Amino acid sequence: MRIPVETFHLDNGLSVTLSEDHTTPIVAVNLWYHVGSANERAGRTGFAHLFEHMLFQGSAHVGANEHFELIQRAGGTLNGSTWLERTNYFETVPSNELALVLWLEADRMGELLPAMTQEKLDTQRDVVKNERRWSVDNQPYGTMLEKMQELVFPPAHPFQHSLIGSMDDLSAASLDDVAQFFSTYYTPDNAVLSVAGDFEPSETRRLVSEYFGPIPRGKGKPPLAPMGLPPIFGEHRREVVYDNVSLSRIFMAFRSPVFGSEDYYAASVAAASLGLRRGSRLHRSLVREKQVAADATAFTFDLAKATDLLVVDVTARPETSATQLEEEVESEIDRLCRDGVSEAEVRRATSLIETDLTASLQSAGERADRLSMFATYFEEPGLINDQIDRYRAVTAQKVNEIISSRFGENNRANLIYVPREGVEADSVLAAAATAD
Amino acid sequence: MVTSLRPKPGPPRSYRFPSFSDEVLPNGIRLVTSPVSKLPLATVLVLVDAGSTSDPRGKEGVAALTAAALLEGSQRLDGAELAEEFEKLGTSLESGADWDSAFFKITVLSDKLNLATALLGEAISRPLFPEREIERLKAERLAEILQLETEPRGLADEKFSEFLYADESRYSQPDEGSAKSVGSLTRADVDQFYRANYNSGTTTVVVAGDIPADATREMVTEAFRSWPSGVPRRQPLLAKARATERSALIVDKPEAPQSELRVGHIGLPRKHPDFFPTLVLNAVFGGLFGSRINLNLREVHGYTYGASSYYDWRRGPGPFVISTAVESQVTAPALREILLEVERIRSEPVLAEELSLAKEYLEGVFPIRYETTAAIASALATLSIYDLPAEYYDSYRRNIHNVSATDVLEAARAHLHPDELQTVIVGDAQVVRDSLTGLPLGQLTIHKS
Repeated sequence: MRIPVETFHLDNGLSVTLSEDHTTPIVAVNLWYHVGSANERAGRTGFAHLFEHMLFQGSAHVGANEHFELIQRAGGTLNGSTWLERTNYFETVPSNELALVLWLEADRMGELLPAMTQEKLDTQRDVVKNERRWSVDNQPYGTMLEKMQELVFPPAHPFQHSLIGSMDDLSAASLDDVAQFFSTYYTPDNAVLSVAGDFEPSETRRLVSEYFGPIPRGKGKPPLAPMGLPPIFGEHRREVVYDNVSLSRIFMAFRSPVFGSEDYYAASVAAASLGLRRGSRLHRSLVREKQVAADATAFTFDLAKATDLLVVDVTARPETSATQLEEEVESEIDRLCRDGVSEAEVRRATSLIETDLTASLQSAGERADRLSMFATYFEEPGLINDQIDRYRAVTAQKVNEIISSRFGENNRANLIYVPREGVEADSVLAAAATAD
Repeated sequence: MVTSLRPKPGPPRSYRFPSFSDEVLPNGIRLVTSPVSKLPLATVLVLVDAGSTSDPRGKEGVAALTAAALLEGSQRLDGAELAEEFEKLGTSLESGADWDSAFFKITVLSDKLNLATALLGEAISRPLFPEREIERLKAERLAEILQLETEPRGLADEKFSEFLYADESRYSQPDEGSAKSVGSLTRADVDQFYRANYNSGTTTVVVAGDIPADATREMVTEAFRSWPSGVPRRQPLLAKARATERSALIVDKPEAPQSELRVGHIGLPRKHPDFFPTLVLNAVFGGLFGSRINLNLREVHGYTYGASSYYDWRRGPGPFVISTAVESQVTAPALREILLEVERIRSEPVLAEELSLAKEYLEGVFPIRYETTAAIASALATLSIYDLPAEYYDSYRRNIHNVSATDVLEAARAHLHPDELQTVIVGDAQVVRDSLTGLPLGQLTIHKS
């Protein structure tokens, strides 16, 4: 199974990837801008994400919210998302509406600022503050990402601060910030465009050139602060959070090989062996056999700069104390370090990953998103076709090397949520806890 | 400069929902097959008429527990071995019970399909129902119920159902059961439920993916060779309202930064003749980003990250719900806007551009919904669950297209009931309560949590 991949560049630096598939008359368009919360300056946390909202507030030839309306009227789906390293915007539409989508994306890449007003910024600031209340402040474990970033990255590291931002910083964002952020980062040479599905390639090239061609190249973006970090924490970190949760839960993070590297695939298989589905080690041991956990998973963040994170996520049963939960998870990881994984565990993990990867590529939107990801991080969208082979090439020996080098006590960061009521009874935790 | 000229759509390319065959196997199982060969992948969905509405009174949650327990050990393999066998084949496996049916859904690479289907057939035909695993699943469900106490969104949904339906209606309780009902379930209950509800008369198998249609029949017949025979049997469903006048409930969460709001009433059963006008009505009202509720609460007022409405379609009349989360201080004004919007959509026809937005979206997005074998299998399962005709998907877009502004207004007047609106607020009672004075929400009750 190979996805067709065709790439070209416009003179202004826009990188374009096309991938044809005519089985259904739909087409997906996906734009990644190589800017995320990592690019924010101090005092403006949350700006990249707030800015994502502003991109739906109209541009020179498009009214506020009209982007949404035009795409939905065309029978399409759309959204955008912001991550530490990138921001993306995507639509899937009936294939006869491709030109509209490309034009809409070009209009906001080329001419966003004429449409910006203080009123729009104020409204979206309120919307984002409500998004923060909804997804972070009023959601059990909703602060996990923020607290994890603080625990595992040093101060001033670009990955250290909150993605959705603090209320104060959101309040401080000004129209000038919008203008500056736009002209610095939302430029064709800092973006990649992917089109996947049912389209005619030569006509699509023509449309892309016509709409995006006139947009001037950017003036370059400031470099990120130094990202490099040692491969391990060099200590066992630990933070206990009393919170409004019903069940204790531990997130144990390990610094792990950067996304896309050869070692990354072995680390990804290690995570899957530990926590992908019910046959994984943690599920089998902690959920099924010992019955101390209600759920257990593991995953990687897939960070493509400097260092990735691998996270083990285990939720306690009501009768399991946070202390006991932590001990059980620690001893599972110790056992993993001692015994390693078997070839059978590796094959189980890679078989599941292969099915999931294949299943995801059924969707035009997923294809376009992955093409954009590989184009943004590695300037090589064709990597989409190498993924299954790279996973198949992972051996137990390779996984065990990663386990030896990365799963030791000197590379663990435990973020532990404890139900606020009842924590006093647990003297060990009470001593370690930081009130929150 | 980017050209100011908006592109026009090209000529549309035709689309048809994937073709499928529908037959009854000699053993009585209904088999629906749709060959889809885009990628070397297939989905098998086993659907049994054994959803939560089949729960006997007092045994709420037994349907869900049975569906989960079926994957916890066969007469040959224990639960851990079963999971391992599925996963060695790379099987993505989902199972559970919703209101109308129990389902077991596997997606796997085509060359593993026969083995994975045989394994699924074995698991659910010859279950062991180990006591230990059943007790574990119960404990996990109880943990989930406890979690809900601190999860405002899920809690609001659950409290809303409880507030909407009379106690004796199955829909008033969670589909997976309450702490009380789940706590009382035993292995014998599971075994009895299984024997009463799982047989060829209640079973549909849907296969969608990269497999020749004629190979499917043999594969499914073989996998279900020891499936008991039986005849369809459906229980009558009681879905009665708790209150016929407006009333409101605050579930108190001191210091909550937001109020989770649910406003609505009992909706319509899935097979209602006004299904299509009601679908369009809801799209205009709260089903789309550009719908009235979202534009009002989010884009005009900035009260929320999002607001929407939906009909929860079931065999019986599920809820009609307007759902949002707003900053605590603006709870009252947000509710006022919601009440006004309900009145407004019943008082005059929707605007031409609102109607066309809703219809063009629903018609256009249709092919995007069926990109994956799993989505196609689920769509085919819908036909079976609600006894919809074979041409349902072929006529879907025409049915949407034919809905007029008058149809929408009539649907709004017939199926939105402002006098019966029930309101649930999960939030800080101290902040919210006084501000509600003067809002016509009906009798107000406060639950301390």
